[in-house]
Amino acid sequence: MAESKPKPKIKKEAEPMPKQKPEVRRKNFNEVALGYSEEQAKTEANRCLQCPKPQCVTGCPVEISIPEFIKLLREGKYEEAAKKIKEKNSLPAVCGRVCPQEEQCQKFCILGKVGEPVSIGRLERWLADWERKRGNVKKPDDPPPTGKKVAVIGAGPAGLTAAADLAKLGHKAVIFEALHLPGGVLVYGIPEFRLPKSIVRAEADYVQSLGADLKLGYLIGRIHTIPELLKTGFDAVFIGTGAGLPAFLGVLGEHLGGIYSANEFLIRVNLMKAYAFPFYDTPIRIGKHVVVIGGGNVATDSARSALRLGAEEVCIVYRRSREEMPARKEEIENAEEEGILCKFLANPTRFIGDEKGWVKQMECICMELGPPDESGRRRPVPVKGSEFTMDVDTVVVAVGRTPNPIIQSTTEGLAVTKWGTIVADENGKTSIEGVYAGGDIVTGEATVISAMGAGKKAARAIHEYLMQEK
Amino acid sequence: MYEIVGKRELAPKIKLFEVNAPEMAEKARPGQFLIIIIDEKGERIPLTVAGYDAEKGTISFAFNEVGKTTKQLGCLKVGDSVQSITGPLGNPSDIRNFGRALCMAGGVMIAPMLLQVRALREAGNKITVVVGARIKELLFYEKEMKDLSDEFYVATDDGSKGYKGLDFLKEILSKQKFDRCVAWGPVVMMKNVCEITKPFGVPTVVTLTPIMIDGMGMCGVCRVTVGGKMKFGCVDGPEFDGHLVDFDGLINRQRMFLPEERLSSLLWELQGGCSCGGK
Ligand SMILES: Cc1cc2nc3c(=O)[nH]c(=O)nc-3n(C[C@H](O)[C@H](O)[C@H](O)COP(=O)(O)OP(=O)(O)OC[C@H]3O[C@@H](n4cnc5c(N)ncnc54)[C@H](O)[C@@H]3O)c2cc1C
Ligand SMILES: Cc1cc2nc3c(=O)[nH]c(=O)nc-3n(C[C@H](O)[C@H](O)[C@H](O)COP(=O)(O)OP(=O)(O)OC[C@H]3O[C@@H](n4cnc5c(N)ncnc54)[C@H](O)[C@@H]3O)c2cc1C
Ligand code: SF4
Ligand code: SF4
Ligand code: FES
Repeated sequence: MAESKPKPKIKKEAEPMPKQKPEVRRKNFNEVALGYSEEQAKTEANRCLQCPKPQCVTGCPVEISIPEFIKLLREGKYEEAAKKIKEKNSLPAVCGRVCPQEEQCQKFCILGKVGEPVSIGRLERWLADWERKRGNVKKPDDPPPTGKKVAVIGAGPAGLTAAADLAKLGHKAVIFEALHLPGGVLVYGIPEFRLPKSIVRAEADYVQSLGADLKLGYLIGRIHTIPELLKTGFDAVFIGTGAGLPAFLGVLGEHLGGIYSANEFLIRVNLMKAYAFPFYDTPIRIGKHVVVIGGGNVATDSARSALRLGAEEVCIVYRRSREEMPARKEEIENAEEEGILCKFLANPTRFIGDEKGWVKQMECICMELGPPDESGRRRPVPVKGSEFTMDVDTVVVAVGRTPNPIIQSTTEGLAVTKWGTIVADENGKTSIEGVYAGGDIVTGEATVISAMGAGKKAARAIHEYLMQEK
Repeated sequence: MYEIVGKRELAPKIKLFEVNAPEMAEKARPGQFLIIIIDEKGERIPLTVAGYDAEKGTISFAFNEVGKTTKQLGCLKVGDSVQSITGPLGNPSDIRNFGRALCMAGGVMIAPMLLQVRALREAGNKITVVVGARIKELLFYEKEMKDLSDEFYVATDDGSKGYKGLDFLKEILSKQKFDRCVAWGPVVMMKNVCEITKPFGVPTVVTLTPIMIDGMGMCGVCRVTVGGKMKFGCVDGPEFDGHLVDFDGLINRQRMFLPEERLSSLLWELQGGCSCGGK
């Protein structure tokens, strides 16, 4: 804790984020948070105390020099401020939007002790947007090439960060991405109204401008395996394949029409732009009574998307209570403002279909919270005989995602945990020499910024590994 | 971008494309599939690998023009390109010497089946081939199949050529013992074949065509029930033990987006269909 006494003039409240009004935004897919004005950004930047030992930095997994960029911002040196951020973070417009800042940098900001912390993420977003809108995104000078080649598998936040950092160190990074667009969850999972896809595209383009190659439509494990990549000219490999397999509930009737996994639902809506069907070719069907099962970001994103697609009523059904919901507070509030309903302490036990094989009812059982489980959260236990049914015509199952398994099953000697995640040390080193991994594929479902932090550390470790070789 | 270097009409509304894709040409095996996206606004559609030539660096697939995307695809010409192809996806077929194999192919699936028949033959199997279609005009590859097989039959739904329907299979099956049956075609045909082979105890493999998006295990739309368990068509299949498949469940799920598909197709035709789709 720094000892600086808060000066009397300190404004305790952060600048509020301008947003689309709930009754308007619930009908469109445009971004909800509109971003600060220049004036607001300056006002907010002026709140920063420029701590000599800034605690905020310890909370940022990609180690952004927070006070320095804020100082440049308030001096009006926007270009330099943006450059300062990009020394460490190649995806600032993304992070400024979806980083759980309240759990990261801002949690440690000293101002949090007397009022609201500095809105670091919103300032980062403002600078990144300023630079992009100006249409002249500066990149660092090209480093001398090392002649080393690294294969990066997966173009999610972990892979993009690893590739960017490797390129900045002079290595040739080639990203292999299985889907037809880069971004991972940023492009197929997180909805347009929270993270516009044009921004993901622009930041992925920036990574390419640093010198990384991007190959789309390459499912590694099927088209090339890791041993093959190492044999055909790659000196090292980074695996950032994420946790993309949908979990189902395993109850009766889950095959019925109208029941989507959250991944299917969000892939249709985001990656394939089904909200613009038939202008885009991929369809989606939304009913009147939609339920979303789960309590995380994926559940709130699905619920809010369903509302925008025209559902009359959307209800999140979660087996624990509000306090245990893992979704970001801000997003739960946004969802409630938009009119999403929540039913706590209930869990589906089966789905009932109509004569055409379409879901028409969901049977649930009430839960109560028992003693805490391994995760420290109170375990929900079913209440005998408390079953009830709800009329539903669309169900989105958002109860978790597990690691993509194709790499693990096609790479001999790669150590894997019983949950299917890849075993790696804190620098991303796996059981195979020259093969590194990071992000959700190592930790299981986590956050954008932790995946980026892992990509960054692995890039550094790969660099050391490559440069020690003769 | 993947350039189309060959185009052939196999039968009315059934087309075979050959595209430049050297890395895929080296890796693809019988039984696997590709996911194709025509353009920026296009959907991802799965099509079975119908040929590969590692030397030329090309890969082929055949498709039936049934809806918006396949009709639009059919309008492309040699020299045009599709935006994206991902593959090979799914597990390759099990190819080894089983002994005596019965290969049944219906409709557009006759095209990829040719690869399978060739591979099974090279592995030393004795092969009986049956090709079928709704009407005789939709048959193709008869000569190619005949040349590769020990016994060859034709069947049509209306009896316009060869046997009428699939009942004649019972005769073939009672005359000699088969060690394996591979049936690829419309779901209803595969379901019927499985009902016929089951009492004879012939292990029967089918290839399932549920609706897919990513084709790599990420969305779960392709879930099918096999032996009472939920499987993903794209990563656990596409081939499964036909005697364990819940075909009715599959048919139901395939119809999920019928109204939207009709709308899409209709709109495309109203906008002039081929004349704009062909660039
Ligand atoms: C709906 C949703 C909302 C979320 N909201 C937030 C949020 O607000 N804030 C936050 O911090 N986090 C959020 N998360 C979590 C966050 O998105 C993930 O933790 C993060 O994206 C993980 O990054 P990654 O790079 O490890 O993996 P991913 O983003 O999953 O990327 C992996 C990439 O690898 C590709 N791939 C997989 N296998 C192969 C292969 N064999 N060959 C080639 N490519 C392959 C995949 O196609 C994918 O593009 C959310 C997640 C979801 C699903
Ligand atoms: C593994 C696999 C291999 C296949 N191989 C072939 C092949 O070699 N040749 C061939 O002609 N067809 C094949 N199909 C079917 C082919 O994918 C569909 O005919 C095609 O997607 C139809 O698209 P459309 O827009 O033209 O028609 P639509 O009007 O959209 O659909 C017509 C019917 O096709 C099915 N379909 C629609 N969208 C999809 C989708 N995204 N994925 C799967 N099925 C869908 C539905 O049952 C639908 O009712 C295969 C399907 C799978 C899953
Ligand atoms: S990247 Fe995330 S954690 Fe780091 S400063 Fe930006 S918002 Fe904070
Ligand atoms: S953001 Fe907060 S912790 Fe960081 S330097 Fe400014 S006042 Fe200090
Ligand atoms: S097509 Fe998405 S999981 Fe099979």
